[in-house]
Amino acid sequence: MIDFINSIVVLLNFVIIPGLSYGSQLALGALGVTFVYAILRFANFAHGELMSFGAMITILFTWFFQSQNIGLGILPTALIALPFGILATIVLGLLSDKFVFKYYRTQKSVPVVLAMVSIGVMFVVNAIIRIIVGTETIKFSDGQKFIMKAKQFKVMTGLNEGLALKSSQVITILITIALLTFTFWFLQKTKTGKSMRAFSDNEDLALLSGINPDRVVFITWLIVGTLACVAGTLYGLDKSYKPIIYLNLVLPIFASAIVGGIGSPFGAVVGGYVIAFSEIMVTYAYKKFFKYLLPENLEPSSLVQLLSTDYKFAVSFTILVIVLLIRPSGIFRGKVL
Amino acid sequence: MRFDKYEWTAISIMVSLFILVGFVQGWSVSLVILNMCIISAIMTMGVNISWGYAGVINFGVMGFLAMGGLAAVLVSYPPIKEAWHVGGSGLGISFVLLIGLVIAVYFINKLVEKKSHKYWLNGLVIFFGVIIIRHFFLNATSKIEEVDPALAGFLGGANLPIIFSWVVGGFFAGGVAFLIGKVALGLRSDYLAIVTLGISEIVVSVLKHEEWLSRGVKNVIGLKRPVPYEINLQSSDWFINMVTWFNSSKLNEIIDPDQKQEILNKIIIDSSSLFVKLNYAVLFFIVMIVIYYFANKAQVSPWGRMMRAIRDNEVSANAMGKDIVKQHLIIFVIGAAIVGVAGAMLVTLDGLFTPSGYRPLRFTFIIWIMVIVGGSGNNLGAIFGGFVIWFSWIEVAPLTTFLINLFTSGMDPQNAIRLHLLNSVPYFRYLLMGMVLLLILRYRPKGIIPEKVRHS
Repeated sequence: MIDFINSIVVLLNFVIIPGLSYGSQLALGALGVTFVYAILRFANFAHGELMSFGAMITILFTWFFQSQNIGLGILPTALIALPFGILATIVLGLLSDKFVFKYYRTQKSVPVVLAMVSIGVMFVVNAIIRIIVGTETIKFSDGQKFIMKAKQFKVMTGLNEGLALKSSQVITILITIALLTFTFWFLQKTKTGKSMRAFSDNEDLALLSGINPDRVVFITWLIVGTLACVAGTLYGLDKSYKPIIYLNLVLPIFASAIVGGIGSPFGAVVGGYVIAFSEIMVTYAYKKFFKYLLPENLEPSSLVQLLSTDYKFAVSFTILVIVLLIRPSGIFRGKVL
Repeated sequence: MRFDKYEWTAISIMVSLFILVGFVQGWSVSLVILNMCIISAIMTMGVNISWGYAGVINFGVMGFLAMGGLAAVLVSYPPIKEAWHVGGSGLGISFVLLIGLVIAVYFINKLVEKKSHKYWLNGLVIFFGVIIIRHFFLNATSKIEEVDPALAGFLGGANLPIIFSWVVGGFFAGGVAFLIGKVALGLRSDYLAIVTLGISEIVVSVLKHEEWLSRGVKNVIGLKRPVPYEINLQSSDWFINMVTWFNSSKLNEIIDPDQKQEILNKIIIDSSSLFVKLNYAVLFFIVMIVIYYFANKAQVSPWGRMMRAIRDNEVSANAMGKDIVKQHLIIFVIGAAIVGVAGAMLVTLDGLFTPSGYRPLRFTFIIWIMVIVGGSGNNLGAIFGGFVIWFSWIEVAPLTTFLINLFTSGMDPQNAIRLHLLNSVPYFRYLLMGMVLLLILRYRPKGIIPEKVRHS
């Protein structure tokens, strides 16, 4: 019995908790991509840079607060800086919309052209970020790093295996839950949310019934900016901030959005967790897990790893391709918000 | 191939820019930029064929370039006999097993009628097949990777002249493109963009981590050259005679024989490196012209007109009996193959293969900017786009340094803002690329040299 609990703890420590926090970051990112896709109707390649930009502004404000000796004690200072980051990201989103995307929307350009345009925006934002903070890795998490250390857990429970709980992981999961609850409540219950769903479902009909498209677009950028900045900051808090990494993050995010059914917010969230868990589960070495479960003479000699961690990234794309082949509309038939 | 006034202007502007760089920064710099420009132009033509002719989006440029690079390694590197000796049979067995697995799956799909049975049977066969193949495969590859890991650790290549790899690279990239196209074509264009982008990442990560094949992140260096080495040139008589003849007027002015010899040696060293670069430029230029010629021929042929019909109106082209799926696959493969040729040429020029150097920003998105800026659907436009964008990608750094110095000239030289800006000079090129793309898409969506539609 104790072996069984030990094996579960191993799994929790190395698969489930990291999966949950990484999945939350992906889910928030994918939700943002889905909003742009469902309402503005294009694949936004600049979303990763939007996340990066939000994280960067948050970092700048964190440094400012740290220099003023304002902090949250055991919580990271970045949490007070986050609202400023969100604000800046929203402004950036609205500016990019006003100066770039709006023109193509009124021209009714095809989605591919808009995707190209978003690549242009991606380059510009990328350059701005690099010019401001360079390309170095930045660690900006402060406060208490661990809620529970592996050693403490061992002492507490008397088990062989430790369970470490980083505060950034807990913060990520809590903020994600709060933000997702709010977003879904907003979409389902408020009048604005309903008008957005109507706009996404059938633009012409929505316009006929008196929904103001400019307002819908405005609200969309508010939500997208918030989601992007929070996702970017949480990712930076959890790993560490590196401007280049966000370009690579765009691909798993797109994969999450498409796997879940692009255009469907619920699908995006589920897709985020599906991608995160499969990335981690396929590349995790289960040797330790089986060591506790199996009798001694059956213990595996190899690592029991499906794929080496080098291919972590390829996993999300393999899943994407498989989903597109078997069920092109994604897990939750996408298209409508 | 008749150019109109506008196209002549574009060409002459480009030529004069290279001459200007030659005089200001030296001919060596100018030739280095020119070589990369030609390779970029070939990549751009490859993308332009699939996007401009048929509207098939291909964001997998990076992956196809990497396949071309792999071809350069596999063709030119000498084979490592010991690695073949220890791991060859294991690899052979796993390869045969893999073919057996594919055949088994094929027959299961053909013979078993019921759908649920089919899925289960397929799943079982693939699961156990993969486990068995993995056993042989990992055994063989780990043995190969243990052979002299500091210098070899991979299978090596065929020891042929590297110039063959330009063709082989095309076939490699085309083969991969065929597989991708079979899977992904038919998706909506923006899905296709994301999927090709992702698959190209998978291709690169395979090259990065399968060390037995490509040496992975340990890189392959010292590839053979299709052109002479500087050191050989400097000791060969005909080259020395040629250099002396070229510089005879300058040398004749010097009377002291010792000084004369010294200056001659210096000139020989300089011109040997120039000569090598010039050789590359000539080789690349020939390839570019050949591809350009055939691409143009294809565009005005009945096939090219059919492609345009498919691009402009898929439904009616389908109604006319054109097989759209097949034609899309063909043009996707052709475009990718040309990109593969460019990839092999790129590795040839560098003389080394670094899988971790393939980044999407540099090798996919920049190429796309070249296509959009140059003019999709026009081959000369594609070449021009490749030249202009690569030229500005390189030359923007000195220009920005100059501008920053100009605008901050009033400030204290140790001013923090000034120093920070000077440190971030390399990042201004991204800003420029983004701005150029946005401006072109907004004000000249058909590109600098737009497509010419011939009504015949």
